[in-house]
Formats: sequence, structure tokens, C-alpha cells
Amino acid sequence: MAILKLENVSLSLNNKPILDSISVDFWEGYIHAIVGPNGAGKSTLSYVIMGLSNYRTISGTLYFKNKPINELSVYQRARLGISLAWQEPARFEGLTVYQYLKASKKDNGLSIEEAMDVIGLPAQEYLPRACDKTLSGGERKRIELASLLVMQPEVVLLDEPDSGIDVEALERIFDAMAILKQRGSTIITITHSMAVLQKAEHAFLMCHGNIIDKGGIDKISGYFENKCIPCDHKNIPISGETR
Amino acid sequence: MDDKRAIAQTLYKTMGLTDAALNDPDIAHLVINSNMVVASHLIEGLVVEPAETQNGVRVTMKVLAGHTIQKPVHLCFGMLPEDGLQEIIMDVTIEEHASVSILAHCTFPNAKNIIHKMEAVITIKEGASYSYLERHVHAASGFITVLPHAIVTVEKNATFKTDFELLRGKAGIIDINYETTCHEYSHLEMNAKVNGVQDDVITIRETGHLNGEGAVGVLTTRIAVRDTAQATVYNTLTAHAAYARGHVDCKEIIQDRAIAKAIPVVEVNHPKAHVTHEAAIGSVDDKQLQTLMARGLSEDEAVDLIIQGLLS
Repeated sequence: MAILKLENVSLSLNNKPILDSISVDFWEGYIHAIVGPNGAGKSTLSYVIMGLSNYRTISGTLYFKNKPINELSVYQRARLGISLAWQEPARFEGLTVYQYLKASKKDNGLSIEEAMDVIGLPAQEYLPRACDKTLSGGERKRIELASLLVMQPEVVLLDEPDSGIDVEALERIFDAMAILKQRGSTIITITHSMAVLQKAEHAFLMCHGNIIDKGGIDKISGYFENKCIPCDHKNIPISGETR
Repeated sequence: MDDKRAIAQTLYKTMGLTDAALNDPDIAHLVINSNMVVASHLIEGLVVEPAETQNGVRVTMKVLAGHTIQKPVHLCFGMLPEDGLQEIIMDVTIEEHASVSILAHCTFPNAKNIIHKMEAVITIKEGASYSYLERHVHAASGFITVLPHAIVTVEKNATFKTDFELLRGKAGIIDINYETTCHEYSHLEMNAKVNGVQDDVITIRETGHLNGEGAVGVLTTRIAVRDTAQATVYNTLTAHAAYARGHVDCKEIIQDRAIAKAIPVVEVNHPKAHVTHEAAIGSVDDKQLQTLMARGLSEDEAVDLIIQGLLS
């Protein structure tokens, strides 16, 4: 069953089409990956689903549990059960990691200490720290995952959770993804990494604002094996099995 | 309990504090309501001579050479009446190699039209350390004019740190004017955090002159203004000697029809000195805002948390 459904969703920014009539179902409880070249519209798609400012004026319809959510603001969608972790997380001057996680905390999420344990950052050391530029990029990304673990949204959007992450931290991020899924979240992850793609159960290939292929990981992983050919639309895979 | 003691306790209560400090024999304190000293307690090494004047109090304070006052000294300047003028004149000397930290509370819980002025001359002698945290608690409405002015001399190897905080209640008119001269290898740190609402007018003038070799100074200002409040920050840091180092840092968040200005002046007159500055003024950072909203906070809740962080 689709927990999230997009029907003919298009978006233009500064008169430039970014998403072109995308229709897609995200099945409940799955880890979905979205892959594709830079500029394909992958991050934009996640912003549209989250309803971020500048990404609200779309044509088409977004459904969450069969109800349209186009008119809902970011926080209304978050309260329904959708949340997003950015590729480059925000840094908060003056707020501690604890304050940030406490603001994210919902009843059905992990405790703050449990979440810190999952991401492998000692709570005693990190919770009092400022959630700002004094944290490394990798630490900040792990804390972003912790904020989702304490929230436990029904739909988790992860924009390149692996970027700027070392091998050990990546394992922690995979642990966090596994726990989110195990506790019922549907995960939609954008990635340029084969390792992340392999954690997914279903994948979409995007190019030029379209979803041009979808299916199992074996099928879509061809994209990472240089099976794209030059054409009017760059990076169209030679597998040819477009929707 | 006598009347003065009751007033002192009431002033503490308005700040959300217990009066435990007033009962601790190891904590020196001086509590002033309008022009009346309502409580005081001194400890060894600290000399405080308050004299009531027509509109306030003249306070001479000295920390004797070589003494370290272990626990922060509590100063409370308050006015329980709705109207009036309170003038505090302070003459502070921290003698050689002495050290003290002051926790000053200024509370005007019933203010409708109050003027609170402070004129201070502060001398921190060689190797001494003086830290002054001034925390204001104002009413949510009414009108207060706050005019803290100070001339500070920081002698060789001495340290001066001041923090001004006005985070609760309506600021009114705030005009902070601190001018500090720093000698060899001295350290200066001046921080101001103010939350302005309604028609508040906030002016901060913090000046540091790094005159001595190796002197270090940092001026940091954090302001949030909303409604029609206005804030102007004039931070000046000058460096006139070798290895003097300084940094000016001003961040202001505006909302609604508020106006904020930052006018940093950085002047370096020695080729081996170095001063930097950064200033940022604008609305709440969009990514911070949307991140918190993506965690389920409403826009107002998210803005409040971001501002709380900025002013923390």
C-alpha cells in the first residue's frame, strides 16, 4: 500500500522546469532510494514532499495516506508524520544538541539517550555541546539522524545521508535507518552511493525532472555501473525499461 | 522580619530567584531599592561603601590587592515603584592581583515610567580580574529607560569581562555606553544580549582601545527585535600596539517591522596588530526555521527557539 503518492507533480523555479509531471507511489514500510545525476531534481522532490517554502507552488497532487496534503505547511506535514534530513544540516548558534533533540522529540520516538547511542555519539559528551559549527559535518549529520530517531516519523526523507561521512559513521547511519524502518517508518533516501542504494528495497532513477526508471536494486544499480549513454537526456540508462 | 529585608526578598523574587544568596555568609551582597540600601553583607577583601543620594546611590567598591573573592558578589538594583529615577554612581577599583565576579540584577517589575542610570568608573589594576554580569528583568509592558555608562581601564595583565542581558520583559530605551582602555597583555570581553519588542529602542556602544602590546579584546553582540523595535549597535575596536588582537562580532535577528543596524568600526594603527569583525543582520535563518518546522514546531515556536539560542 502506498503511504505517499504523487500524481502528476510538476514544479518550476525561476521559469525553469525542475520536476516534470512526476507520478509515483512510495510503499509503506519500505526503504526507497532515489538516484540520478546532479540536477535531476532528486532533492527538489524531497523538498516538495516536505512542503518547504519556495517548493509549495506545484501542479499535481501529493497524497499522504490517501489524503491530499498540498495545502499543508511544513510543520503540519511534520505533525502528520513526514520529516526530512537535509544533505547539509542547519547549524544552530546557541542551541545545544540536547535542546535540538528535545524540540524534535515525540512520544513514539526513541529516548534522546537511546538515539545518541544508535548514532554512536556519547550522550554525556555531546548533549551539552552547541549544535553549531563546532560540530564536524559528520557529527552534525549523525545528530540529524538522532533527531529523526526521537521523532519516529512515518515517512523519513533523507537527502544524501552518506555525504561527508566516514566509513564508521556510515555504519551508524545504516543502523539508524534500520531502526527507523523496524519501528515502522517508510524511508525515502536520495543517494549517489551504491552502499546506500543496497540498503534500499526499491529504487527510482531520476533524470531531468522525471522518474525514468524504477524497480529492484539490481535493476537500478546499473546506473552506478556506467550503463548510461549520451543522448538528449544525459544519463538515460541503456536498460531502457522506463515507466 | 523588618521592612528592608522584605523589600530585598521581594526584589529577588521578581527575578525568579530565591533569597538564598542573602542568607549565605560566604556570598557578599548589596541590595538597593530606589535610593535605599535594603540589604548588604561584606566579606574579607571586599570593601563596599554605599551612600544614599537624592535619586539613587553612590557606591565605592574595592577589592583589596591579592584577594580572590571566591563566590560571585550579588548586586541588586531595583525599583518596586511604577515611576521614578534611579541613578547609580559606581567607583570600582580592583587592586593588584585581586579577583572578583559580580552578579548584578536590575529589576523593575512594576515599571510604568522609570529611568535607571548607571555611571561607572572602573579601574582594574595590574594582574587583577573583574567579571560583571548585569541581568535585567523588566515588566512586560510599561516604559523603562536604561542608561548604563562606564569608563574602564584595564591595566597590564588584567582581565575585564562584562555581560549585559535583557531577555525578559520590555526593554524600553536601552543605551549602553562602555569605553574600555586596555594596557599590555590585558584581556577584554564585552558581551551584550538584548531582546527588543514593541517600540523598544536599543542602542549599544561598546568601545575597546587595545593600547598595550599583546592586548586582546572581543566585542560580541546578539540582538533580536520584533514588532517595531529598533536596535543600533556601534561597536568600536582599535588596536595601537604590536600583537594586539581583537574581534568584533554582531548578530541581529529582525522580525515584523523591526529595524536593526550594525556599525562596526575597526581601526588598526600598528603593523603587527590585527582586528577582525563580522556582522549579520536579517530575519531568522530559513534553514534553521524549516528544520525545526520539519520536526513539528510551528513557525512561532521555531522562531522562539532560534532566538532563545541566539540570546543564550
